[in-house]
Amino acid sequence: MNAATPAGPLTQAPGTGVISSWDLSVGVDGPGTRFVVFTAGCPLRCRYCQNPETWRMRDGRASTADEIMDRIAGYRRFISVAGGGVTISGGEPLLQPRFTAELLSRCHGSGLHTALDTSGLLGVRATDAMLADTDLVLLDIKSYDPATYRRVTGGPVEPTLRFARRLAELGRPTWVRFVLVPGLTDAPENVDGLARFVAGLGNVERVDVLPFHRMAAAKYERLGLRFPLAHVAPPDQASLDRVHARFQAHGVTST
Amino acid sequence: MTVTAVQRAAWHGFHGTTWRTDVDVRAFIQDNVTPYTGDEGFLSGPTERTRAVWAKVTALFPEERRRGVHDVDPATPSSITAHAPGYIDRDHELIVGLQTDAPLKRAIMPAGGLRMVESGLAAYGYKLDPTVKDIFSKYRKTHNDGVFDAYTPEILAARRSGVITGLPDAYGRGRIIGDYRRVALYGVDRLVEAKRAELRSLDDADATEPVIRDREELAEQIRALGELKAMAAAYGHDVSGPAGTAQEAVQWLYFAYLAAVKEQNGAAMSLGRTSTFLDVYLERDLAEGRITEERAQELVDDFVIKLRIVRFLRTPEYDELFSGDPTWVTESIGGLGADGRPLVTRTSYRYLQTLRNLGPAPEPNLTVFWSPRLPEPFKRFCAALSIETSALQYESDELMRPRTGDDTAIACCVSAAPVGRQMQFFGARVNLAKTLLYAINGGRDELTGVQVGPAHPPVTGDVLDYGQVTEALDRMMDWLARTYVNALNIIHYMHDKYAYERLEMALHDYPVKRTLACGIAGLSVTADSLSAIKHARVHVVRDATGLAVDYRIEGDYPAYGNNDERADAIAVELVRSFMAKIRRQRAYRDAEPTQSVLTITSNVVYGKHTGNTPDGRRAGEPFAPGANPMNGRDRHGMIASALSVARIPYDQALDGVSLTSTATPDGLGRTPDERVANLVGVLDGYFDAGGFHMNVNVLTRAVLLDAMEHPDRYPHLTIRVSGYAVNFVRLTPEQQRDVVNRTFHGSL
Repeated sequence: MNAATPAGPLTQAPGTGVISSWDLSVGVDGPGTRFVVFTAGCPLRCRYCQNPETWRMRDGRASTADEIMDRIAGYRRFISVAGGGVTISGGEPLLQPRFTAELLSRCHGSGLHTALDTSGLLGVRATDAMLADTDLVLLDIKSYDPATYRRVTGGPVEPTLRFARRLAELGRPTWVRFVLVPGLTDAPENVDGLARFVAGLGNVERVDVLPFHRMAAAKYERLGLRFPLAHVAPPDQASLDRVHARFQAHGVTST
Repeated sequence: MTVTAVQRAAWHGFHGTTWRTDVDVRAFIQDNVTPYTGDEGFLSGPTERTRAVWAKVTALFPEERRRGVHDVDPATPSSITAHAPGYIDRDHELIVGLQTDAPLKRAIMPAGGLRMVESGLAAYGYKLDPTVKDIFSKYRKTHNDGVFDAYTPEILAARRSGVITGLPDAYGRGRIIGDYRRVALYGVDRLVEAKRAELRSLDDADATEPVIRDREELAEQIRALGELKAMAAAYGHDVSGPAGTAQEAVQWLYFAYLAAVKEQNGAAMSLGRTSTFLDVYLERDLAEGRITEERAQELVDDFVIKLRIVRFLRTPEYDELFSGDPTWVTESIGGLGADGRPLVTRTSYRYLQTLRNLGPAPEPNLTVFWSPRLPEPFKRFCAALSIETSALQYESDELMRPRTGDDTAIACCVSAAPVGRQMQFFGARVNLAKTLLYAINGGRDELTGVQVGPAHPPVTGDVLDYGQVTEALDRMMDWLARTYVNALNIIHYMHDKYAYERLEMALHDYPVKRTLACGIAGLSVTADSLSAIKHARVHVVRDATGLAVDYRIEGDYPAYGNNDERADAIAVELVRSFMAKIRRQRAYRDAEPTQSVLTITSNVVYGKHTGNTPDGRRAGEPFAPGANPMNGRDRHGMIASALSVARIPYDQALDGVSLTSTATPDGLGRTPDERVANLVGVLDGYFDAGGFHMNVNVLTRAVLLDAMEHPDRYPHLTIRVSGYAVNFVRLTPEQQRDVVNRTFHGSL
């Protein structure tokens, strides 16, 4: 599988992109109530992925930034009263950098809080201007240990770490996300390495430790795919506590 | 009216003048309220005394749950004074009074209907006392008898088929809130005096039928007030004068409410808006050093214990409609005054604190009047309690205050009215989805083939035509509105005649404003069906007699619940259109017609009695509750779904628009603080958008386990994890167990 090879059409017409869906969420895709755009297409194939329907760009539907901004307009008032913003998620939004940049720019320009949910693999495609329009980066660092990272995602960790350092240099507020999978990502060296790395950055406000779950199994079945972690149980509380303690030991806030 | 020495003593330290001479509790509150903008830090936990009294009651619950009732007195028709005093723990109760002579012992109230009493007794192995049976079949007619004397064949047919159902024709109509505070503030004698003056005002009027009826009713009200005094005296209290202390104020107010629930088994026996009223007394006693905060909380806790054990004898059929033995002892808390000051007081907190001191419970039905302008600490306290208990409901103070004023209270679930100035004729609801099927079938019932509605030509053709269907529906709704209001007029005429709420109405102004509270069920099914007919192709499957019995949808259609104008506009139009038709009818006693979009738990029964619908819903499947979108069709999360409901115009549904939202703790944020802040945000946003009501469920593990046992009760349970939503009840049992295990790891 050449999953790490960016497959997105860089030649996409300005103002158009391919999305999988949109949604309103509360408290899980950045602060407050958020309009979330799920772009279609992702270069990684994480073994615990909960959104296999977003893997391939050809499974999404074409959409213009205008259409999405119109849709967001219907929630603008709610979001401003409730507190929240817009999150571009995926798939991998940086697979469609121009489209993502346009959405972030237009939302940011209109006073909405913006968040970009990315694996960082394609961080080089995020221009400084795009990041200036991003109030919060939700950076999924799926593991610190390179071999583990490759086992989890099929790709290399280095681009993500590079992107993380760049966000730190630019001083962009960042929340790191780490999915805890028993037997896959929970090795002490892996967790400790991530905690140490994050502690050294200075721009990371918190780390969300997300317990692995199997709720996407039905989706896989529907799509005729095999869920690779079907046999893995979610982490128990003791294991979560241990991981939080490692982050805290490095002075990193984890939730 | 002059102020007496007794009143002067009882009212010492209170401000304002108008309420002293006129019966005007609202003015008293406005003149004396101490808004509280701080947090919950001052609250007290339960005392040993409170725990002990509550433990005596809770010890009776398992047996009651097992048998269905704890005990019934099958020989004493209830009245304000029929039963000897009863106690939970006489030496330790601070607030006294029970419906009968023992806790949880239910009374019979045959004036509403003897059949209901007999079948209620039979269901639990009791037999009606033969003398009582004799009296109420030979000598004394009941409300139920009267209604069935006057019902037309058409009404009977509509009632039998379920196109009109839940009608209060065999039991008390309820939803009338006496201003129980008046008894505490003025004492009974002063209220009798006011009623006598009202009666005198009619002395010179011609004795027309309305005047005769009013005179008789006022005389009955005065008699009921006398009985209230006698009942209180049996408990050793003299309520002829005003309450002088906080304890007396709580006690007087509770006696007034108790008299109402001794006399009426109304479907909903709501309390009103009492916390901020009582706060004036509690704050005065606290300031004068007569009580401590601990004692103030004890008084509230003891009062709430009493409200939690209000019981009525119901039938199994009634329970099927409204499961869980509800009494809707609704208490309205919070909101703002007309001048913008919050009506949140320390006692608003004390009432809510009972959910912690006594543990969560469905009664009293604590209802927060929400406004984005409420004090932030109060909002956070409410949200935190919702997350802990799922026990609160919220209603828009911003919609109610301009229409019914700042002394509004909710009856039942969503019916707003100014306390003591307005009452409603409760009208249950019609089944709009079934009406649509009647329109398609020319008035024939889709399940039985029986001609129930008028025999208009059925809609023909293989594919349903939107224009044809809406035209037929409009005609059928004309028939429905007329038949429905006729039924309600009969019911309320007979209820006034045979089961008049003497005590509750004695605690209202004269003349009182009346509303005729109609209602609709199946809004989302009907809207989606019309949307399918309009935006997709709906093929009809007919049986040998030509009856349309099923539908096949080709293509997609926009569904109500996605904040999508195309579908939502259809729902809005249905509400507007039916309201307009109701307004065209003549209502009994010139009541102002209103309607609700509310089903409580009856959405399941309505669904059971409705065939396949053009939206793809299968026969027998439950409707969505209230104004909720249909299960699983709201695909873009709780907010999009709620914003569709917020489009239903309140002015076309002044009896309330109900939305039930369910979130998991994880679906509101990752930390407890975030969840509270986010829920406050969601409530601010929803009510800012014009939403009227929201039931907030934040699920605990116990609820998820219950949902596995009873998936039909949780059609909307959505589990969200970072950008992924799943409908809980559609997961396999194994996956559900997975969620149960996962969701509660590391959360609250």
